[in-house]
Amino acid sequence: MNPANYLYVAALLFTIGAIGVVVRRNAIVVFMCIELMLNAANLAFVSFARINGNLDGQVMAFFTMVVAACEVVVGLAIIVTIYRSRRSASVDDASLLKR
Amino acid sequence: MTSNLLVYLIALPLFGSAILMLAGRRSDKWGHLFATALSASSFGVGLYLFSQMLSRSGSNRAVTQNLFSWISVGTFHVNAGLMLDQLSICFVLLITGVGTLIHIYSIAYMSHDLDRRRFFAYLNFFIAAMLLLVLGDSYLNLYVGWEGVGLASYLLIGFWNQKPTYATAAKKAFVANRVGDLGLSLAIMISFATLGTVSFAGVKEHAGQASTGALTAIGIMLLVAATGKSAQFPLQAWLGDAMAGPTPVSALIHAATMVTAGVYLIVRSNFIFDAAPTAQLLVAIIGAITLLFGAVIGMAKDDIKKALAASTMSQIGYMVLGAGLGPVGYAFAIMHLLTHGFFKAGMFLGAGSVMHGMDDEVNMRRYGGLRKFMPITFATFGLGYLAIIGVPPFAGFYSKDKIIEVAFNMGGIKGVTLGGAAMLGAAITAFYMTRVVVMTFAGNKRWDEKAHPHESPALMWIPMVLLAVGSVASGFIFTHGNSLVNWLAPVVAPNPEHRSEMLKPAVVSIMALVAVLIGVGIAIMKYLRSQVPVVAPENVSIFTKIARRDLLQDDFNEAVFMRPGQKLTQGLVVADKALIDGAVRGVARMTVGTGSTLRNTQTGFVRSYAMWILLGAIGLIAAIWVVTL
Repeated sequence: MNPANYLYVAALLFTIGAIGVVVRRNAIVVFMCIELMLNAANLAFVSFARINGNLDGQVMAFFTMVVAACEVVVGLAIIVTIYRSRRSASVDDASLLKR
Repeated sequence: MTSNLLVYLIALPLFGSAILMLAGRRSDKWGHLFATALSASSFGVGLYLFSQMLSRSGSNRAVTQNLFSWISVGTFHVNAGLMLDQLSICFVLLITGVGTLIHIYSIAYMSHDLDRRRFFAYLNFFIAAMLLLVLGDSYLNLYVGWEGVGLASYLLIGFWNQKPTYATAAKKAFVANRVGDLGLSLAIMISFATLGTVSFAGVKEHAGQASTGALTAIGIMLLVAATGKSAQFPLQAWLGDAMAGPTPVSALIHAATMVTAGVYLIVRSNFIFDAAPTAQLLVAIIGAITLLFGAVIGMAKDDIKKALAASTMSQIGYMVLGAGLGPVGYAFAIMHLLTHGFFKAGMFLGAGSVMHGMDDEVNMRRYGGLRKFMPITFATFGLGYLAIIGVPPFAGFYSKDKIIEVAFNMGGIKGVTLGGAAMLGAAITAFYMTRVVVMTFAGNKRWDEKAHPHESPALMWIPMVLLAVGSVASGFIFTHGNSLVNWLAPVVAPNPEHRSEMLKPAVVSIMALVAVLIGVGIAIMKYLRSQVPVVAPENVSIFTKIARRDLLQDDFNEAVFMRPGQKLTQGLVVADKALIDGAVRGVARMTVGTGSTLRNTQTGFVRSYAMWILLGAIGLIAAIWVVTL
């Protein structure tokens, strides 16, 4: 199978994720979209590793997974805390940090 | 020859000054005696060094003392060194001798002043600075003393600075002196740049290799320095106002010693001026202009101290003229400086004595007939008067006639002009000094009933008597067997070539005497035979009015320097506000403006930020794609 097809899938996933981050208001959904973008990147890494015939991209994919796991822990904790105090998981409601 | 005694000449008065200033009011009781004792001991050291000098032969009379290495940068070395040679010792004895007499006089003169201790502290400081000026062995060391006497002069002119006009006079003197000081510092810089050295010995040695242009530049800058310190044209305007200081200060600083520092500088730099004829001629011209300038002002002044100040200016003009005549004139310039130190200091002390007896009245129109009340003051002042107008055998006759004679013997149009100016100056001097004496001591009394003129205490008249003895005898001593000329010969190297004498000395003397007699005669006709009005008459000729306004010297300075200077500074203020401040404010305003515009992007919406990041990433990728395409 042509490895470039994996890249097309990755680009599609990334675009879906990016649009989701910009468009959706629910913090959980935004979060999931970010995960989607990360996994699109991972897929691209692995595809490039395959195309180039070395392991660099695969190593980077592992790093991304570790970082994503940490991010989930911190991010979910923040979202839960905000929800508890504000009774809302909308990212537009939490807009106090401005001029 | 070296001697480790030289430093004590300076250290003693400097020590006295430091003690009096540091001890403050605690030394009020004994400060004046302490200062006088230290000044006198400095005089003692000077006399001892002089006697040692006399015991050696001509060429190795000079002694030096190296104090410490002052500046050492690369190949440039300046030692803080002192040098006492035949020229310096004349000054050392004059400064410490006359200085000590004036210290003694001031004990009585300032006895009612609450700040007498401070006065003596300044006086001692002046003595130390002036000694440093004449003892320094390089231009840089001289410069330190030069600035020191300027400071002392400032402090003492403004001694009664509770009066704003006196404080202004002090500032005026200081500013005028600064202009001259600039000349001296430039001379030092040019000397260093072209000759690589600033010591007297070094400059003398290398002067032969330098171009005439460089030497002329140094000479003219030294002349600028001399005009500032010695109140010569065109920086002369401060001397009249400097009379705001207590009278002993006028006698010591603004008559006998400090104002003659310019003459010392020129004579000390004889090796430069001898190699730069243009600068030398300029010196003579400045001297001739000033001697007439001062004399004309002297004719119109009613304030006894200002009349004497104008006379000082004029007499220093004679010295500068003498110094500008080259090797034949140096010794006579110094001779006139020394005799003038005696008779002018004596007359200033006399004026102080008159003021002391007349409740500080300085207007001569309010004097009259004081000789009966102040016989000693009259006698000493009279002897000084006879000396300054040049009646034989008093001191001024010897020294001034020599300068006139040498000026005439320059030959050609130069000789006639300079000699004529000096001769005319002698006649005017006779006129205004006779006027001073007649208005003060002769005629009928014109003072208030409240004034009770009386003779001054012994502490005041003893110094006056000693100075009067000097005014009588010094001229004869200096010329007897050409003593001063021979004494100074190793320093100023008199011209060996025999000049053709245009006029015989006797002819010059007779001409000068006739001029003096004419001056005296006119003054007697005008002021003794007729009543002197108590209020200065207003319906006088335009010339008198101009002379009363100091020949418009202040008006000139105001119109040419002060007003345009003010305009310049005002312009600079505007430029500063518009350009410098404008640039700074503009940067600040731009930063604030940019910031408040950019602030609008901070909406607080996370999705908007994510949008910007996404757009940025897309833009970046697009840019990379375009570049690598």
